Amino acid sequence: MTVWIDAIIQGVLVGGLYALFAMGLSLMFGIMRLVNVAHGDVVILMSFIGLMAVEKLGLQPFTAMAVVVPVALCIGYALQRGILNFTISKDPLPSLIVTFGISIVIQNLLLEFFSADTRAINSGGLESQSIAISDNLAAGVLPLIVFGSAVLLTIGLQWLFGNTSMGRAFRATSDDHGAAALMGINNAHIYALATAIAIGILGIAGIFHGMRTTFAPTDGPAQLIYAFEAVIIGGLGSFWGTLAGGVLLGIAQSIGARLDPGWGVLVGHVMFVAVLLFKPNGFFPKTR
Amino acid sequence: MNTVVDLSNDFAVGSTQGGKYVVERSTRAGIATMVFFAVSLGFSVSMPFWADASYLRWLSELACYFVMAQMWNLLGGYGGLVSIGQQAYIGIGGYALIVLANMAGINPFFAVLLCGVVAALIAMPISQVVFRLPGGAFAIGTWAVAEILRLLVANTTELGGGSGASLVALKGFDRSAREAITFWISISASYGSVLLVYFLLRSRFGLALTAIRDSEVASQSQGIDVKRTKFLVYAISAFGFGVAGALYFLGALRISPDAAFGVSWSPLIIFMVIIGGVGTIEGPLFGAVLFFVLSKIFEDYGTWYLTALGLLAIVVTIWFPKGVWGYIANRFDLHLFPVQRRLRLRDNS
Repeated sequence: MTVWIDAIIQGVLVGGLYALFAMGLSLMFGIMRLVNVAHGDVVILMSFIGLMAVEKLGLQPFTAMAVVVPVALCIGYALQRGILNFTISKDPLPSLIVTFGISIVIQNLLLEFFSADTRAINSGGLESQSIAISDNLAAGVLPLIVFGSAVLLTIGLQWLFGNTSMGRAFRATSDDHGAAALMGINNAHIYALATAIAIGILGIAGIFHGMRTTFAPTDGPAQLIYAFEAVIIGGLGSFWGTLAGGVLLGIAQSIGARLDPGWGVLVGHVMFVAVLLFKPNGFFPKTR
Repeated sequence: MNTVVDLSNDFAVGSTQGGKYVVERSTRAGIATMVFFAVSLGFSVSMPFWADASYLRWLSELACYFVMAQMWNLLGGYGGLVSIGQQAYIGIGGYALIVLANMAGINPFFAVLLCGVVAALIAMPISQVVFRLPGGAFAIGTWAVAEILRLLVANTTELGGGSGASLVALKGFDRSAREAITFWISISASYGSVLLVYFLLRSRFGLALTAIRDSEVASQSQGIDVKRTKFLVYAISAFGFGVAGALYFLGALRISPDAAFGVSWSPLIIFMVIIGGVGTIEGPLFGAVLFFVLSKIFEDYGTWYLTALGLLAIVVTIWFPKGVWGYIANRFDLHLFPVQRRLRLRDNS
């Protein structure tokens, strides 16, 4: 029994990381109907930028976030303004191809500059500390911090959307970008802000990813698929749904891995397919 | 459904008398292409008797790319169903060849066509899952499906697990005969795929398909069965990819889950179509040749080459959305495979 409770706890905690990956994807899809194929590769790019900040600038991982997140925000804003805004249309083809192109470029540049070796961000012993829950159960400190950050960011995003003028502009553009433009909203700027936030979150997620596990330049696509599955399982249009989707995916993978070490990821995929078949709108779709 | 609209005052569809307008369905370039097509087919078929074996291997590989690019374009360019996961059917085709030839003892060359059928059959249930995803999400959904298949095959020891399997069924064949037959099948498949897309697009089905791509709601209101059309085009594309996958591994002789279902197929095929010209028959052919030549020249610059290819795809999509062929077609009004209907004022002579 303890084994399964442990599996669920670990699953919930890793789900927090998936939720961090997924929030930006959900945000960009929600506002622009844009599916960012390069999302997973940006996670890995951020892990490498974090690694550089820790190794070359000698920063602590959490201080490194203070450097990486602003960089990520700027990259996101520039990416949307400079490239992605040209691809937004009713036809999904241009944005898919362009973000797919960006994904290939990021992967191959990382391979060129960092080789195919796996790396890790040194978190100074934090990765091995844990808090005992009972005699046989413990939760790692780092996974708890990651999960806590995911919850805080969900609250933050929900507040941003519901209570600020920027959030109102986001919702308006999402509902009807034409009407929003007539009301004086600069869609190009709003889109760029949304992508800046999406990539900014990946600044945090990338460093956490690098601290929790090893990473290599070609790991991006797997992260994209986890993030995507979390969004679909949770249901489009709600950040709490995305968090729940990440957690459910994490639990499924963790239980699968206990059944057979080769099955972890596969059971997560099976859950995704099952959700599509039986609950195509996800568990917590926003009711309009 | 087969009502004939009387437009006899203004139109004379397909007849030589009366009417102010004619609907043109063929071009002079199109007829020339068909002649060239037939001549080049005859030329290709004779190649194994005089050409060097390395050229045959290269051309067989290129023929696989022709089929894949053509099938991706049918799905994404004409059908509007942009998929990043068609490697799922390359893998299914390849592994179906292993199962049919190695295990069931079917002649491997004959099995190639069956592999396409297997891929199309498996595509049917899969389509029911991925079609639930809206717009761009469909693309990632298909990718997830390819990953699931890769993991399933890697966990199946009967198929060789993660390390893959060899096509031992070909052991009994003489090498030159094997390469010649593989070449002939590949050439037939590539010509076949072009003809298939050409005649599909000239039919009612093609008209329905492009209508759905342009507006799903509007085409539904015109009585098009959207679900059925999408389902069919997905299955046809899977069939093509299955044949191409089987052919590719018929030449490679070895298969592994990563090579078969790997995501590295997608950039190759998609960039071929995009750079060549999406939504045309000529574009993917042009793109495949261009890509093939470039890859042979820049083989040694692996990562830089792929980086440049990615950048090129971005530039082409944003500034030249019709690709290289689309530019040529517009500039010179050249349509080698005329699939559109064009209204012309009749000459009063």
